[in-house]
Amino acid sequence: MTNVGSLATKPLFGLPLAELWFALLFFILGMFLFLDGFDFGVGVLFATRNDDHEKEQLLAAVGPFWDGNEVWLVVFGGALFAAFPSVYANLFSRYYLLMFAILAALGLRGLAPEMYEEREDSRWRTLWGYSFVIGSTVTPFLLGLFIMNWLVGATGLITPVGILGGVTVLALTIVDGAAFLGLKTRGALRGEMRDYGVRAAVGYLGVAISTLGAIYMTEPGLRSSFRSPLIVALVILTATLTGIYIVALRSNRYYAAFATTAALVFGLVGLVATLLFPFVDRTAGLTIREAIISTLPLNLMSIMASVLLPIVLVYFVVLYSAFSGPVDTEESYG
Amino acid sequence: MVDPVLASRLQFALTTIVHIIFPVMSMGLAPFLIYFTWKEIRTKQPVYEQLRRFWTQIFAVSFVVGTVTGLVLEFEFGTNFAAFSTTAGELFGGPLALEGMMAFMLEATFLGIFVFGRGRVSDRLYFLSSIAVGLGTWLSAVWILIANSWMQTPRGFEIVVENDQQIVRLTDPLAAYLNPRFPYMFIHMQNAAVESVALFMAGVAAYYVFRHHVWGYSIEHINVWEKTLKIALVVLLITAPLQVIQGDGYARHVLETQPQKFAAMEAVWETDSYVPEYIVAFPMDVNDLLNPRTKDLFGIGIPGGASWLASGGNPQATIRGLETFSTKSPPVAIVFWAFRIMVALGFWFILLALWGTYRWWRGELFEDGLLHKALMASSLLGFVAVEVGWIVTEVGRQPWVIQGVMKTSASVSPNLTGAEATFTLLGFVTGYILLLGLYTYVVGRIIRAGPPAKDELTQSESTRAPESEVTSSD
Repeated sequence: MTNVGSLATKPLFGLPLAELWFALLFFILGMFLFLDGFDFGVGVLFATRNDDHEKEQLLAAVGPFWDGNEVWLVVFGGALFAAFPSVYANLFSRYYLLMFAILAALGLRGLAPEMYEEREDSRWRTLWGYSFVIGSTVTPFLLGLFIMNWLVGATGLITPVGILGGVTVLALTIVDGAAFLGLKTRGALRGEMRDYGVRAAVGYLGVAISTLGAIYMTEPGLRSSFRSPLIVALVILTATLTGIYIVALRSNRYYAAFATTAALVFGLVGLVATLLFPFVDRTAGLTIREAIISTLPLNLMSIMASVLLPIVLVYFVVLYSAFSGPVDTEESYG
Repeated sequence: MVDPVLASRLQFALTTIVHIIFPVMSMGLAPFLIYFTWKEIRTKQPVYEQLRRFWTQIFAVSFVVGTVTGLVLEFEFGTNFAAFSTTAGELFGGPLALEGMMAFMLEATFLGIFVFGRGRVSDRLYFLSSIAVGLGTWLSAVWILIANSWMQTPRGFEIVVENDQQIVRLTDPLAAYLNPRFPYMFIHMQNAAVESVALFMAGVAAYYVFRHHVWGYSIEHINVWEKTLKIALVVLLITAPLQVIQGDGYARHVLETQPQKFAAMEAVWETDSYVPEYIVAFPMDVNDLLNPRTKDLFGIGIPGGASWLASGGNPQATIRGLETFSTKSPPVAIVFWAFRIMVALGFWFILLALWGTYRWWRGELFEDGLLHKALMASSLLGFVAVEVGWIVTEVGRQPWVIQGVMKTSASVSPNLTGAEATFTLLGFVTGYILLLGLYTYVVGRIIRAGPPAKDELTQSESTRAPESEVTSSD
């Protein structure tokens, strides 16, 4: 037997590791929604394009990135499994059909660009173009539905607040995708994307506030959380950021708009986490402290994650720097 | 309506059986791609760029399908096996999370550079990307096999009861994660991946070599295929014998740690010594043909062979029979036959490697049409061997999901209904048939299109014309 010493009895440096893992989980979710979010947004905006050239540019814009972005979802599932195994088991089995619907939609989104590029005839391209749009639209909607069901502790799959949550996340991905395409395209295409971004941002603010209102109305158990100053601050922040995003786009400051999107995503994820706290599975009545794994594996996972995640961020910096700047108008996916 | 336990098991079996194809392809291709990239940068010979670009296309499509099908598996522990996940999550969740953070991230980000970035990054960063991608695929296997091998030979834990629920609690991380099965499994799996891809490459190359040299069609870039065939043969010559020799040690480890699985592999019902190694076996009664518990077998076997293999040299050694275990036997016929198919294929691959090497040595590698046909026919057999090998491992450990600790029947999500499970099972059957069809179609198109023509190449000195210099400096 290896001597594991104090690793088995005391949390690392006396840190509140359970709460930190709860925060880390939502950070990972935020990274996924921000990064794969723009891929989804590009997929939704793909529906507005008729010109083959422009379609190719949209695919080329996400080509090198989407796979890496999607891995944040894999890491989210893994981190939830590792840190809160009972919550992972409860949530995924409770929303059984929803989870498989997410997988199917995500699979369609991943396959579609690969297939689209495979042949040039118009029927094939129409088919896979539609698949790309459907996968990119349905995935964020269902993810929003899942997040909302998780937050309010829904027992059914589809609830009114869940649908509002789905639309909120979908709108946010369009905001994200439009800002990203502002960086990746030029000329008339960029102008059109900017206009879509402005409209999506207005829609996002509206639907996000409606969702919060709906939660307040329908979930008495969560009502007291709304008095927390953090919630008020996050709502004000979201409204302000939406304004900044619109101004940034209108004045062609696309980096600023893209960075604002990141802040918007983390604002939303922060809202969800704050409302859920101190629970991690409301339906099962499990708090963070009850659901966390025991001290030894928690310490080990904390060491590993604090070493690995900064390295992962470096990979993303390398990847995004290698493909910075607009896509060539002649560039394609394959 | 299928019972939720059975439906979940069938669904997991189907989704893993389909998924494993793609990681085998990417893990097996990885060392080849690193080699091609290295040679391309070092020698600037066009053939290496052609090889790298051709096989990268197959790698990329396999990776995409592998991501899609792999995410399904990660989710299924929660959706279908919630009881298992709650019980073992503390030990089992960690490796899955680490696979994501340490391996999958590395692979997926650098794959972006490796597939799309040849002209955008320096040679050095490009080469590093190929290593990062390859390392990522192999590290994935490390964590996944740590998780799986722990289920086969669980160590370093204690069982506690929390809220009326049995929980496996980690007590000794090194014992748990470096459990006795892990090294056997890792070597067997990684070598199998490289061997399977070598066979696949040899099969594809043999097709073109055969058409060019034997049938006399003029194939463009025949030098690329000749090179592929030779490289694949060298790798096959190393991996094929290693697989069988290492597999022998692996089987003995199974005997020591999972005697019930070993007894099923050999269909030994009653404890016996001087047990023959059956090459084939049939039930004496036709009515028993589909009965996995048939005992009365007519077999052609090597006397004392199984005992000899199990003990490492003693034909008199005793093998414990299936009847002596208190738990129900796994489906013996499946395990018995899967094991035989795997072993037979293992020896066939050695024969192929020797045959090819002999012809090469004689300078007749490109003329032996029969060899080419054998290689073509064997191009997918490596994957078949991997599948049947995993069937031995996973069916053979039944009824346990964690050997000696938790039964598979107790691991399924308690609130899952038969209707839900049947619905998704049917969805997967349909979806995965389509997916495999599309994958085959795309890989087939890549193979038919062949490597890029020399005038499309970007790097090689021989083709670097002044105008391509201008376009590549973006």
